[in-house]
Amino acid sequence: MILIGERINGMFKNVKEAIANKDAKVIQELAIKQTEAGAAYLDVNVGTAAADQEGAMQWLVETIQEACSTPLSLDSQKPAVIAAGLKVINAKNGVVLNSTPLNKKSDEEVFDKYVEMAEAAGPKASIIALTMDKNGVPQDVDTRVAIAADIVSRAMERGFDTQRLFIDTIVLPVKVPDAQAQPGNILAAMDQIRYLSDPPPHLTIGLSNLSQGATERSLINRIFLTMAISHGLDSAIVDVLDQPLMNAVATAEMLMNKQIYSDSFLKVYASATAD
Amino acid sequence: MPIPEVADGFTGSVTRLALGTGPDEGGTRTSTVVVGGSQNVVYGGAPADAGERPVIAMDVLDVRPADWPDVLLGPFDRVADDPADWAKMCVEDCGADLVCLKFDGVHPDKADKDAEHAVRVTEAVLNAVGVPLVLWGSGNDDKDNQVMPKVSGAAKGERCLIGTVTEDNYKSLTAIALADDHCLITEAPLDINIAKQVNILVSDMGFPLERIVTFQSTGGLGYGIEYAYSIQERQRLAALGGDKMMAMPAICDVGYESWRCKEAKLDEAPGWGPTENRGPMWEAATAVCLLQAGVDIIRMRHPKAVATVKAFIDELWNGSSEA
Repeated sequence: MILIGERINGMFKNVKEAIANKDAKVIQELAIKQTEAGAAYLDVNVGTAAADQEGAMQWLVETIQEACSTPLSLDSQKPAVIAAGLKVINAKNGVVLNSTPLNKKSDEEVFDKYVEMAEAAGPKASIIALTMDKNGVPQDVDTRVAIAADIVSRAMERGFDTQRLFIDTIVLPVKVPDAQAQPGNILAAMDQIRYLSDPPPHLTIGLSNLSQGATERSLINRIFLTMAISHGLDSAIVDVLDQPLMNAVATAEMLMNKQIYSDSFLKVYASATAD
Repeated sequence: MPIPEVADGFTGSVTRLALGTGPDEGGTRTSTVVVGGSQNVVYGGAPADAGERPVIAMDVLDVRPADWPDVLLGPFDRVADDPADWAKMCVEDCGADLVCLKFDGVHPDKADKDAEHAVRVTEAVLNAVGVPLVLWGSGNDDKDNQVMPKVSGAAKGERCLIGTVTEDNYKSLTAIALADDHCLITEAPLDINIAKQVNILVSDMGFPLERIVTFQSTGGLGYGIEYAYSIQERQRLAALGGDKMMAMPAICDVGYESWRCKEAKLDEAPGWGPTENRGPMWEAATAVCLLQAGVDIIRMRHPKAVATVKAFIDELWNGSSEA
């Protein structure tokens, strides 16, 4: 399971303040804590508040890389913000460009821009692409799969290895009226998306959005995560500091025969798999 | 189990581990052995991914073997009372990469020898040969806990491979192997879940994963070899998948297990051919099978079987490096 730590995101108040005050310590502590908890990548999202998003991205990348060498997931739907981060990054251990829709009304070629940037960033650079296009986020299974198919075929046409491609089926808050069909639709879409190519693209989700505004957030998150793992999910952007969630991942991976059982399977999960 | 695509790259690899230390590292070995390092399935992928060649550790017992069949004891009859001479013969005449000193004689049900005897034998063998040693206890937990720490101390600084430790008995030998800078063999009873657990327990004591070799237990040809084979296979795939608790090189005990098989040693067996050939063939066939499962160190006994397996390794390896 490729876990991407979600905590360095300007949507969180302490991160937003740290960006505004250039408080490196807050960011570096989050980077180290998430790495120790088993994050394979650290998501870096400047949020919407920063006036200079490109500058904020560069400051975050430099600040984190002073503290640890965990590869980063540069998270923005603006190619310019990703490009700014890539200018100062050390991508030796890999980098994820997170995330691009198939296309936008304002930018038909946005996906190709992410592919070009990933190719330029080296052989270990990957992309997260959203099942979303200029018409927005689809609600049904078929449109999700159709967009994913377009993403995969576009990547293949460009010779971009599908193993460097993550498809994010976009999780919506379950508390939103009429959204309760979405988790089931996402699982049904995953069942089809993983057969789009061989080897298949990775499947990922931004998990915490699911429980936005709900009670029992941690419970909702971890139950859905284990359900999705059983449908082929092999990556997720999550709160790796949520210990019950991490235990659920370790258990689901063991039950899916991805990890060899041992009596200490919970204890070793993060340390045995994180690189 | 899904069949992996050998053309694929893998994220993990088998640990590389060096046995023996020369004078520059504080030891007295004249040769050292490096095992492990594979980055692909056995004999799959690019030759450069194959890691180190497998090696043969020939068994030397601390006392004259009481229950070896004539055809096996024959070649060693002249040296069987002197482990130092026996070890010399293995290295000089048979080309053993390692000598595995097996302390059968300290077992309470056998000769019940004491720790002083074991230390004496260890020192004598260290003096007699320059290859690295494998130091293997009697299999009796209580006795091994008395004897093996002393054996470890006698070989301190030589970077031996010492064992075995199990889920129920690992603390004292792990601690002493750590202190004396040896590598350690973790043993499991053909049970991959326990194998992983022993590695975790040992590593919890601060023992470096990079100094562990796993012993999954061995089944002889016709006596459960398929269990050993599939566990070795699964261990390799876990290592390649990045499971650090399963990424160690593996050792197996072919000599003991194949000579327990009645097909290897039964005299009165019309149509089976003479035991002089049959026994060594049984041992060699068991070894070759396990080599193909990805075993790194093979314990063997009969000189003829050792010669056959060495030739097999040469052929596979040279073929592989020219491919």
